Amino acid sequence: MNHHVFNFAKETLWALPNGALWWPDFKCLVVSDLHLGKSERMARRGGMLLPPYETADTLQRLQDCIEAYRPGHVICLGDSFDDVAAAGALSQAETLWLTRLQAGRHWIWIAGNHDPDVIPFGGSQVAEFSARGLVFRHIAQAGSVGEISGHYHPKASISARGRRASRACFLVDQERVVMPAFGTYTGGLRCTDPALQSLMKPDALAILTGPQALAVPMPRR
Amino acid sequence: MRGLPENFEKWMSDRGWSAHPHQLDLLGAADEPANLLIAPTGGGKTLAGFLPSLLEISAAPGEGLHTLYISPLKALAADIRRNLTKPVAEMGLPIRIEDRTGDTSAHVKRRQRAAPPDILLTTPESLALLLSYEDAPRIFARLQRVIVDEIHALADSKRGILLMLGLSRLQTLAPKMRRVGLSATIEDPEAMARFLAPTGTRCAIINADPGPDPDISMLLSDTPPPWAGGGGRYAIGDIFDLIKAHKTTLVFHNTRAQAEIFFHHLWAQNDEDLPIGIHHGSLAREQRDKVEAAMVAGHLRAIVCTGSLDLGIDWGDVDLVVQVGAPKNVKRLVQRIGRANHQYNAPSKAVLVPANRFEVLECLAALQAVQAHALDGDPRGPGPRDVLCQHILNCACAGPFDAGDLYAEVTSFSDYADLSRAQFDECLEFAATGGYALRGYDRWQRLMQAPDGKWRLRDPRSTTNIRMNLGTIQDTDTLPVRLKNRRGGQPLGEVEESFAATLTPGDTFVIGGKVVRFDAMRELTVQVTPDPKRKPRFAVFSGTKFATSTQLSERILALLHSGDHSALPPHSQSWIAQQARVSKLPQPGRLLIESFPHDGRHHLCIYGFAGRNAMQTLGLLLTQQMEMAGLHPMGFVATDYAVLIWGLDQVTDVRPLLDMEVLGNSFESWLAGNAVMKRTFQISATIAGLIDRRSIRGKRSGRQTLFSSDILYDTLRKYQPDHLLLKITREEAERGLVDFGRISDMVARTRGATDVCFPGQLTPFAAPLFLEIGKVPVQGAGAQKAVQQEAERLMQEAGITQ
Repeated sequence: MNHHVFNFAKETLWALPNGALWWPDFKCLVVSDLHLGKSERMARRGGMLLPPYETADTLQRLQDCIEAYRPGHVICLGDSFDDVAAAGALSQAETLWLTRLQAGRHWIWIAGNHDPDVIPFGGSQVAEFSARGLVFRHIAQAGSVGEISGHYHPKASISARGRRASRACFLVDQERVVMPAFGTYTGGLRCTDPALQSLMKPDALAILTGPQALAVPMPRR
Repeated sequence: MRGLPENFEKWMSDRGWSAHPHQLDLLGAADEPANLLIAPTGGGKTLAGFLPSLLEISAAPGEGLHTLYISPLKALAADIRRNLTKPVAEMGLPIRIEDRTGDTSAHVKRRQRAAPPDILLTTPESLALLLSYEDAPRIFARLQRVIVDEIHALADSKRGILLMLGLSRLQTLAPKMRRVGLSATIEDPEAMARFLAPTGTRCAIINADPGPDPDISMLLSDTPPPWAGGGGRYAIGDIFDLIKAHKTTLVFHNTRAQAEIFFHHLWAQNDEDLPIGIHHGSLAREQRDKVEAAMVAGHLRAIVCTGSLDLGIDWGDVDLVVQVGAPKNVKRLVQRIGRANHQYNAPSKAVLVPANRFEVLECLAALQAVQAHALDGDPRGPGPRDVLCQHILNCACAGPFDAGDLYAEVTSFSDYADLSRAQFDECLEFAATGGYALRGYDRWQRLMQAPDGKWRLRDPRSTTNIRMNLGTIQDTDTLPVRLKNRRGGQPLGEVEESFAATLTPGDTFVIGGKVVRFDAMRELTVQVTPDPKRKPRFAVFSGTKFATSTQLSERILALLHSGDHSALPPHSQSWIAQQARVSKLPQPGRLLIESFPHDGRHHLCIYGFAGRNAMQTLGLLLTQQMEMAGLHPMGFVATDYAVLIWGLDQVTDVRPLLDMEVLGNSFESWLAGNAVMKRTFQISATIAGLIDRRSIRGKRSGRQTLFSSDILYDTLRKYQPDHLLLKITREEAERGLVDFGRISDMVARTRGATDVCFPGQLTPFAAPLFLEIGKVPVQGAGAQKAVQQEAERLMQEAGITQ
C-alpha cells in the first residue's frame, strides 16, 4: 500500500503517491494545478523555449491514474491550464487525448487564478464545488471547514541519514487539505513559507509524495 | 627595435626607471596581428601591453576607440585605469581612458556608447553586452588593438571562450584589429598563442625574463600532519611563527570553509593581536573591499585567503606565500607563489603545508615540479557548444546575421576550428526554435529567417531577456548574511541555501571570521547577531573543488615507485614502507586494487590517481554495477588518489567491473538520475539560454510557479534523449564535475596491468580513507527506506500513531 489513508471531515481520503487525491466513497479523483500548456505560454510571451513535452507527460500520468481508479468524478482544482489561451493552443492530439479522458465521467473544472475564464473543454466549469460536506476551491479561504484546495504547490523536505529529500506534499489539518501540484512543469513552495505556516494549524501533517506517500508533522520554521 | 619617444624616455628617467627589454620587444612587434607576452607577475606586463597604444594614440589623437583592454576582474580594470591615467596625465598625453564594468553607472555607459574613449577597460561580460547592441559596428569601427590581460586565467574557463568568440566578432567589425595577450608563466605558450590568434594568423610569442627561481619549501612541523582531512590546523603554531617573521604573508587555502576554520583558530592563537584579515569569494563585497584597502595601505600582516586572491592588484609588500593543503595543480601554485615579492628580480618565497599524510607526497611532488619548471595543463578540448548557443543569441541582438558568415567567424577561433557546419546548425536551430523534435514553437520561434536569408529576432523585445542572461558565470544558490540591527544591518557575506536551510534559531556558525548566532530568515536574508562565546558550526561552501592534475598525480606515482623516499619526513617514510610490506605500492602504468575485510565489512580500494571528481564518478559507477551484480555495496568515499568501497560481500574478481565498455554503458544509464549530471545540465542549459538565470534564482523567491531544471532534464531524457542540450551535457561530463575522460584515461593507461592484493587486513594507504568526510551512501533500495524510517520516527516523536 503506497498511498496514505486519512480521515477528513467525516470522509476517508487517500493521498496518492503521485500527488492526486482519491475519495473512494464518492469514486472521485482530485488533481490540482495541472498547468497544461505552460511551455507554450512561456514561448508565446517571448520567454524560454522549454521542452514542449509537459502537457503529454501530465496527461499520461493523469491517464494512468484514471485507469487505475476508474473514477466517476474528476475534479481539477484550478490552474488546470497555464492560461486560457494555452487551453486553446493545445495540439489537436492533446485536445483529443484530454477529451477522451473526460468521456464517461463527471468532470469538474474549478477556476484558478491562471484560468479564471471559460475554457474550450466540456465538463462543468465552476468557481467552487461542494459534495457531502467537502468544498473544493482553488485558493484556501480563511475560516473554511472541510475545504480542499490547491494553488500553493506545497513542498516539504526531510532529512534522513544526513541527506535531504525535498518532495511535493499535501498539507492536512482538521479543517483543510492543501494539495500538491500535479503538472509536470511545476515547482513548489516550501511549507515553511509564512503563507503556509499561517494557513495551517499547528498540528498539521505534511504527506510527502514520491515512491510512497509518507505522513510527517508539517515542518515548522 | 623601436625605441621610446623622447617624452616617454624622459618621464621614465625622471623616476629612475628604464624600460624592460620585453616592453621594447612588444613595442617592436606592435604591428604583428597577434602578440603573446609571457612575463612573471610584477614584470611590468600591463604597461608593456599599453605602450604601443599610448604611442599610437599620441601620434593620431581623437580617432575614436583605439584600444580595448579586457581583464578577468572588475577591480583590476578600475585599478589599471588609475595606474594608467597617472603617467598619461603626467606626460600630458591627449588620451581619454575609461573603464566599463557592471559597476559603471547607466549614464556613463550611455555616454561611452555615444562617444567612446580612446582606451576602454572592461571585462568579458561587459564586452559581450557591448557587442549585443545595434550600434556595436559604429562603436568598434576604428578599433586598433585589443589587450587581454591574465589570459591564462581566462583560457581555462568558459568566460575565456565567450570572450574569444566576441573577439572573432570584433575582428569582423574592425578587420585591422591586432590582439595582445598578457600571460603569467604557462606550460604551453604555443597552445595559448593558438587560443589568442585567429586561425591561420601568426602570433609572436615574447618571453620576458622569468626572474630568479622561487625559494620554496615544505613545512615540516614537529607534529606530523593528521591522517586525513584538510585545513592544516595542526600547523597553526608554525604558520603563526612564519607570519611573525615576515612583513606580509598570504595564507592560501583550497576551500572557503577551510579558510574560515583556519582563520578562526589562528585568531585564537593570535596573542600579539597581529592585524590579520580574511578574504574569500563568499564574503560581502564591502568586507572584501575593506580587507583589500587595508592590505594596500600596508596595515595587515597576513591575509587568510582562497583563489579569490589568485589574481588582482599588485601588492608589493607580500614577502611570503603559504599554501595550506595540497596545491592540486602546479601551474596555479606557481602563480600563487608569484604573489609574493611583486618586485621583479627578487625570488618569491613560499612554504607548502601538507594538510594530511597523502598530501605530504603531493606537496613534495609539486615542489619538485616547480623546481623542474614542469607545469601542468590539459590539452584544449573542442569549444563547448553551450557557449556557442549563447553567442548566436548575442549576435542576433545586435542585428540580422548570415549563418554562413557567422560560421566562418566562429571557426576562425581555434577552439571551434573543427566544428562542422552541421554541429553549428544544430546550435542555430536550438537558438531559433529550441531544437525540439515536436515542432512546438513554429509560431513563437526566437529567431526567424527573413526572405533575404538572414536570421533575426522574431520579437525585438526578447533582447532584454537575452542580455540579462549574458555571461557564463554561474550563481550558486546563496543567501546573504547580515547582522540584525536597524534597517538591513551590516552585510557579512553569504552562505549556500542548503546550509541556511539546516539552521534553526540559536545555531551559531562562522562567517568572515566572526562567530554569529542565527536569529531568523527575513525576506531571503539570514539575520544574525555576533556571539563570540559559543562553539560554532562551520558554514559549508561547495565552491570549486579542484582535482589533482594528471601531471601531478603521475609525479606522485613516480615518486612512490622510485624507491628513493629520502626527501620525505621520517613518518612518511615508515608509512610507505609499511604499505609496501603489507600490500603493494601503486605503480605508474599499473592499477593497484586492494580487497580486505575490516570491521565486519568487505572493502575494495582502488588507487586510480585520477583526481577527486573522476574517483567520485568511478565510485558511483562501480557501486551501481556491484548493486546489479548482487554484491551489496553500502557506500564509498573518494579522494584525489583512491576510491574506497565497502559492502557486505567480497569482490573477488574486480577486472570485469573495470571493463571500459561496461563502464561506458553503466555511465549512460547512470546519466539518468545523477545529481552531478543534473548540475552539469543546469549549468549548460543556463549558458545556452534554455533557462533564465532569473528563474534559477527565482527558486527561492517564494513563487511556486518556478520549477527546478531537474524537471527539464528528466523530461528531455524521457521524450528527446538526442536533444542538443543532452549531447552537450554528455560532452561536458567528460571533464569538470563528472570528469569521465580521466576514468577512460586511467583504464587505458593501466589496461590489463592490474595488481589485485588481498592483504587480509586494513592497509596503511587505505586507512586514511576511513577518516575522510564526504562518504557517499549507495542510493539503492535503501534510500527510500531511510526516508520512510525517518518519517515514522518523526511521527512517533510528535506522538502521532497512524
